[in-house]
Amino acid sequence: MKEKTNWWATGLLLLGSFIIIIPLYMALIVSLKNPQQLAESILAVPDTFQFRNYLEAIKLTNYFQSLKNSAYVTIPTVAIVLVVNSMVSYAIARNMHKKYFKFLYFYFISAMFIPFPLIMLPLVKEMAMISLDNLHGLILLYIVYALPLNVFIYVGYIKTLPKSIEEAAIIDGANVWQIFWRIIFPVLKPINATVAILTALKAWNDFLLPLLMISDRSSMTLPLVQHVFQSQFSTDYSLAFASYILALLPMLLVYIIAQKKIISGVMRGSVKG
Amino acid sequence: MKKTSSIFYWMTIPAFILFFVFHTLPALQGIFYSFTDYIGFGDYGFVGFRNFINLLNDGRAFDAYIFTFKFAIVSTIIVNILSLLIALGLNAKIKFKDTFRAIYFVPYMLSILVVGYIFNHIFTFIVPEIGRNLGIDILSKNILGNMDLAWVGVVILAVWNSSGFNTLLYLSGLQTVPDELYEVAKIDGAGKWDQFKHITFPLIAPFFTINIVISMRGFLMVFDHIMALTQGGPGRATESITLLIYNGGFMGGEFAYQTANAVVFLIVVLSISLFQIKVLQKREVDY
Repeated sequence: MKEKTNWWATGLLLLGSFIIIIPLYMALIVSLKNPQQLAESILAVPDTFQFRNYLEAIKLTNYFQSLKNSAYVTIPTVAIVLVVNSMVSYAIARNMHKKYFKFLYFYFISAMFIPFPLIMLPLVKEMAMISLDNLHGLILLYIVYALPLNVFIYVGYIKTLPKSIEEAAIIDGANVWQIFWRIIFPVLKPINATVAILTALKAWNDFLLPLLMISDRSSMTLPLVQHVFQSQFSTDYSLAFASYILALLPMLLVYIIAQKKIISGVMRGSVKG
Repeated sequence: MKKTSSIFYWMTIPAFILFFVFHTLPALQGIFYSFTDYIGFGDYGFVGFRNFINLLNDGRAFDAYIFTFKFAIVSTIIVNILSLLIALGLNAKIKFKDTFRAIYFVPYMLSILVVGYIFNHIFTFIVPEIGRNLGIDILSKNILGNMDLAWVGVVILAVWNSSGFNTLLYLSGLQTVPDELYEVAKIDGAGKWDQFKHITFPLIAPFFTINIVISMRGFLMVFDHIMALTQGGPGRATESITLLIYNGGFMGGEFAYQTANAVVFLIVVLSISLFQIKVLQKREVDY
């Protein structure tokens, strides 16, 4: 049975997508104007684009340094989370009949319900005490704090995988370690994509942990830098918007390139989880 | 049964230890400090339940709870209604399906703090300017500067930012509903609303439960939105619990007192999550 196009739904979705785009459009258009052009009209497309705001924002906020810091935290976080969290989950998923692994599963899952503010104050003291109040400390915490959600996602997925290949590999003399690397990890590819996306978004966009742990200007991540320079932007909001657009740009580019993969990754995670 | 390979244990032990050290230990320390008069450094003594008793009479903490709940409940409701509607739209027979889906997920990719700063400027400068030009009185003032309306600004940012994620969750739920069910319903003469009420909603109810719990939990922790928009102001009209614990604990010399606040918050969050799961799941069974 062939259905007709639902023009009502199409129209309403079109209206809705304007609401998504308008704030970003406003930021972009204002960031490309000088004060005179702004005084004439805030939202009209200007005759000439002022890229000077961008150059100034790059210089003022030391953009490339904070971009590097954000990447320095996010990339290793994602790589290590994929290996470590899937390995932990594999061990748990295949040994749920053992008390220790069952306990571990519920230990990680129940941690999801502990609000971060309870941990926040003692954590900052602890991280400073062991000199991990820096980018490396951030990587460590993102990996550790990713465990509850990812164990939940991975264990749910691994349980659905048949054990027969693993059993055959054991007969061939492979140990658990080899089985994980050669058989399980490659099979996890679809769910790894989901975990990688969610982990990357968390690490890249997080503000609270960097705010708590990073005080050194040269170690600041992109969101934290916007916060620190906020007071200097307040009088010149073309400059502020240029800086915000620059801060959002890397994720927007990633999204434009990998949009299909990202959306299918997130949707797959929700069905399995 | 075969012996469990020791490698399985080695796969988990480092993660177990690290999680304990960096998550459970600070949580336990937090609970410990909540019974002391610790100010973040130096000596401290035990004060029993004094922090908790003081919290009962603390108007600032009370206001923070009221604001946080108002914000979280309203945002959860709006986000879930909108997301479900958008998902239904995206699941219908429409043009440009992939493009729309891509656009609606854009906000979730972006830093709440940075988007929040953009919204801050829009609320402060651009909306009032437009309001004045059009002569619309309500729009011509900055809502973030209004004691009674600032929280609405925070809700707008939250809804804009997080609806895309919930939309995708609902959309994957909708795609699990077999088409044949609708075909049968149509033959039986069921209208769109009947189809939604008797087929779609019951079948995606588990997604509804999960979405409500996830949204509510996230919104109760609200911090970035407020740092970007109001910093708790005007006055303390939009001070959330997380922001209060942050401000009081790090800047106000109330380390122990605010950890006690966090312990109360833990109990509140736990009760709400358990309550939600129980109530919402019970309703699922009823269908």
